[in-house]
Amino acid sequence: MNRPKKLLTAGAFASGLLVLGGDAAWAQAAPISATDVQTNLDNVFVLVSAVLVIFMQAGFALVEAGLTRAKSVANIMMKNLMDFCAGALAFFAIGYAIAFGTEGNDFFGSGGWFLGDGAFQYGTLTVPITFVFQVAFAATAATIVSGAMAERTKFKSYFLYSIVISAVIYPVVVHWNWGGGWLAQLSTPFHDFAGSTMVHMTGGIAALMGAIILGPRIGKYGADGKPRAIPAHNIPYAVLGTFILLVGWYGFNPGSELAADGAIGGIALTTTLAGAAGAITAMLAIWIRSGKPDVAMTANGMLAGLVGITAGTAAVSSVGAVVIGAAAGLIVVAAVFFFERVHVDDPVGAISVHGVCGAFGTICVGLFATEDTDFWQQGLFYGGGSGQLVSQVIGVVAVGAFVAVTAGLLFLIIKGTVGLRVSQEEELAGLDVPEHGAPGYGPDVTPLLAPTPVADHEAAMAVRANS
Amino acid sequence: MIKLVTAVIKPQMLESVKDGLKSAGVKGITVTEVKGFGRQGGHTETYRGAEYTVDLIPKVKVEIVCSAGDAQLIMDIVRKTAHTGKTGDGKVWIVDVEHLMRVRTGEMGEEAT
Repeated sequence: MNRPKKLLTAGAFASGLLVLGGDAAWAQAAPISATDVQTNLDNVFVLVSAVLVIFMQAGFALVEAGLTRAKSVANIMMKNLMDFCAGALAFFAIGYAIAFGTEGNDFFGSGGWFLGDGAFQYGTLTVPITFVFQVAFAATAATIVSGAMAERTKFKSYFLYSIVISAVIYPVVVHWNWGGGWLAQLSTPFHDFAGSTMVHMTGGIAALMGAIILGPRIGKYGADGKPRAIPAHNIPYAVLGTFILLVGWYGFNPGSELAADGAIGGIALTTTLAGAAGAITAMLAIWIRSGKPDVAMTANGMLAGLVGITAGTAAVSSVGAVVIGAAAGLIVVAAVFFFERVHVDDPVGAISVHGVCGAFGTICVGLFATEDTDFWQQGLFYGGGSGQLVSQVIGVVAVGAFVAVTAGLLFLIIKGTVGLRVSQEEELAGLDVPEHGAPGYGPDVTPLLAPTPVADHEAAMAVRANS
Repeated sequence: MIKLVTAVIKPQMLESVKDGLKSAGVKGITVTEVKGFGRQGGHTETYRGAEYTVDLIPKVKVEIVCSAGDAQLIMDIVRKTAHTGKTGDGKVWIVDVEHLMRVRTGEMGEEAT
């Protein structure tokens, strides 16, 4: 906790201003050591990474707003705004303790509630830095769902959901692995470096359950059951949001090293390659399938590549990253068409990007990990056998099942109590006015400055017209 | 006698029509973005691999109030400047205007054009 202060004091000492600090204890502090510098560097790096991950909220907001219709744009923005806020407080109060508390069992953490005594800290990181970094990830898992449930969900119901996922569902999953729970204790521990499963698949499966329980948007399917296009209202938003997510991923993946060390460069490299490869293969797939390089699908492809590399970002080679990203780009296109065909209406492709490619990327660790380390074993394609692959599959299945059951239950309870879906009338009108009072893109209003004087004959006309 | 000339044209021809009218000395026009269908019919677009039909096509409506003597000339200018020869070039029509007043001055009829 006092490390940053020490740095300040060192600076003050150098400039002869130490006396102004007024803190005798600091005056006698030993000269700052290389270890201190490393510790501070770790904390600064992880905080900057956390900020980048929090900036991904802006990316999600823009992608989701862009890919849906203008009449509900304020609603989707509001959901993105509030799932972060509700999630941050819920994760502070209980989520962090459930995820990382050291007094619990292999399935459920405990201790350090409200960041109180015993709150978890990782390595050289302070408690606040560890928390801020982790809460950014919790918020990412939560916000994935809003796009899949767009244009038809009651705001208050979504708000309730976002509290529960950040307070309980996501923390339990995290505890299983990053919190030292049972997945971390398999004979070959499950490995998910930055959260293909923990964060993205958790959000993606919750999104799947939400979209199934809600049902498709009115008009998405014709009387013949065939899906119909409901085009995006703002492609520039969607692409800008995708770029913001890409930038954020440089916090998401390298930041998950949780230290400013030599590994972060390689992680940034695999992240870059996989995102680029995913966009290119998704573009080619949709181009071949429908004759045009569709912009929204290509943007989904970049995100698919990024989600795919997130688990193995530290474990795979450059070539491995390109292959994983490229495969994810193809998988996401197939998945979007699959879910559309089975009447799961996901306006932004969140289930395909985060759920399907999250699972795929996690399994890829068991195939593409280049060598044995303390954290993962060499993958099948590199001659390492199937040990890691089996653990990856166990993790994906276990987390998928847990989230499907708990999120499904949550949405059903919400549906049975406060209701999950807006009325047909509200959905057709768009959610902005009925749910939030005003449209996202309203007209400029100039209030009446003073009543306009009306000449006698005009007043007489008005009276005649009214009678 | 005052006439109202109304032209519904392709949006990309607006600059050409506006320039032609200005060159001919027309003092003011009113432009509205509109949508409609005619012989051109609709067209299909694709989004995420799914085709959909756009049957209301964006057009621009240009309105000019003028004296009766100028109406035919204005119609001819529109025909010349909005013409591409493909379906969807639009239509132009002339109707009588009963009264016309300039709001600022209260001038009526020809003086208000």
